[in-house]
Amino acid sequence: MTGKRRLWATTAFAGAIAVASMAVSNAYHQQLLTVIGIHTLLALGLNMLMGYAGQISLGHAAFYGLGAYGTGILTTHYGWSPWAAFPLVLVAAGAVAYVIGRPTLKLSGYYLAMGTLGLGIIGHVIFREWDSMTGGASGMVGIPPLQVGGTVLSLGRSGMILVWVVVLMAFFFCDRLVDSRIGRALRALGDSQGAAAACGVDTGRLKAVIFSFSAVLTALAGFLYAHLVGFISPSSFDFLMSIRMVTMVVIGGMASIYGSLFGASVITLLPEWLHVFSDYEMMVYGLVLMLVMIFLPQGLTRGVLDALEGVKSES
Amino acid sequence: MLTIRNLRGGYGRIEVLHGVSLSVRRGEVVALVGANGAGKSTLLKAVSGLLPQWTGEVLFDGRPLQGKKPPEIVALGVGLVPEGRWIFPPMSVVDNLRLGAYLRLRRGDHKGVEEELERVYELFPILAERRRQPAGILSGGEQQMLAMGRALMTRPRMLLLDEPTTGLAPLLVEKIFQIIARLRDESLTFLLVEQNAQGALALADRGYVLETGRMVLQGRARELLEDQEVKRAYLGRDYKEFVEGRV
Ligand SMILES: Nc1ncnc2c1ncn2[C@@H]1O[C@H](COP(=O)(O)OP(=O)(O)OP(=O)(O)O)[C@@H](O)[C@H]1O
Ligand SMILES: [Mg+2]
Repeated sequence: MTGKRRLWATTAFAGAIAVASMAVSNAYHQQLLTVIGIHTLLALGLNMLMGYAGQISLGHAAFYGLGAYGTGILTTHYGWSPWAAFPLVLVAAGAVAYVIGRPTLKLSGYYLAMGTLGLGIIGHVIFREWDSMTGGASGMVGIPPLQVGGTVLSLGRSGMILVWVVVLMAFFFCDRLVDSRIGRALRALGDSQGAAAACGVDTGRLKAVIFSFSAVLTALAGFLYAHLVGFISPSSFDFLMSIRMVTMVVIGGMASIYGSLFGASVITLLPEWLHVFSDYEMMVYGLVLMLVMIFLPQGLTRGVLDALEGVKSES
Repeated sequence: MLTIRNLRGGYGRIEVLHGVSLSVRRGEVVALVGANGAGKSTLLKAVSGLLPQWTGEVLFDGRPLQGKKPPEIVALGVGLVPEGRWIFPPMSVVDNLRLGAYLRLRRGDHKGVEEELERVYELFPILAERRRQPAGILSGGEQQMLAMGRALMTRPRMLLLDEPTTGLAPLLVEKIFQIIARLRDESLTFLLVEQNAQGALALADRGYVLETGRMVLQGRARELLEDQEVKRAYLGRDYKEFVEGRV
């Protein structure tokens, strides 16, 4: 996106958030929008890795959980202020990702997928079994809400605005990143590692860095989730969550920043609208992943746009 | 400028290069010719750091390249235009070119990079015309120019070209060779791998013939062109391919 278009898109998006934050007053809708916002952050984080660097992670729920449990533990057990916990959990997520990413990403192929699958399982086991810290299977309650000045940001209008402002900033930042020197190198990586290396890109390191960045965004979503909802339990950070994230990216479209918003909306709203869905969630995701990959490998957003273009140019 | 001594290397347990030696002096165009599968691309990969394992000695400006990663080798001034072009199709032409300047942009040399872009556009005017278009829609010849332009963006002192003219129409082949000659006059050094032995040797100062991983002939390009052996093995075949294969 060029500078001008980026400015327009960001302004339009900011306008939409402002309007929505005033217009939406139903608590249920506010909550739903908050969750969509958090899911958008998750999709965006994973998309930077999957869509651009061409690597897949099957354990991103671990970073989501690290953000949520990290801040939960520091604030409830140790009495830290959330704002003190904030940088620490983000750095921790980035560091864990880098340490796992550096060796696995050096190898080509799907080693990261296997490595992260293991990480996701280990994360979930820790969240569930470390009773004294995480509250075990029944979860953690009483995580304090965020405060800015004297204002408490909680589930409702203020929380919704907070999440969407963060989404807006993340969009803006990622969009710039994709357009930068690093972004070009990332897109090149997804295409051909050899050619990227011939241009002087240290491919192994760059992949580890973007994996790390993606983990930080994901932990940020976990941080917001923990403080807004005030309660976390291991079932929110299990394998199904990791698959949900992958599905959001695939539906929204690889390498599409605004597609993340779409993918997150679909995956958040579907179970709300179709209650029967929850029993078959895993199956439906599997089916969606298969169908999208076969018929619209660019993702639904791009695929539908292309189809419309096709119809337009034919008529 | 580039000295290779007794280079052995390959893929996994398969050795492709069985002790190859070659040298390129500053300002020269050296042609490396040989049949399919002789190991020409493998040799270029070893020099540019893309071949994980090899033994022997490769010196660039007297500095050993053993163990160096591709970015370090690019930073030393060795550019590679890989076989099959390897451009990035969804990215625009200008983004492909800027990618070549990755290391220089990291050092903050924005002004130098913009000047370099202008030089590349001057060399390949078609790239300037198409700068905003995705590289994937360029024709084969244009993609080849883009690949060369991208390598030039690294500001190399030596360029390794892997079959830059394969699959191009004769007119374009001529054009690519002209550009190589012009860059040589601007004091760039070349190691040129070609299937088109005739064209490459006509342009080059010196030449090497690689056969299944061994250097079988070397010498002044003009002499190689006259060599009966080379004529029989490569030039003749080129001619036949040209007449029978490419119509
Ligand atoms: N990635 C690889 N893995 C395993 N073997 C390879 C690989 N690349 C090339 N080879 C083998 O190494 C040998 C030399 O290949 P190389 O590409 O260097 O030949 P070349 O001289 O460049 O041929 P061409 O003129 O067809 O480009 C061939 O036998 C080839 O099959
Ligand atoms: Mg080759």
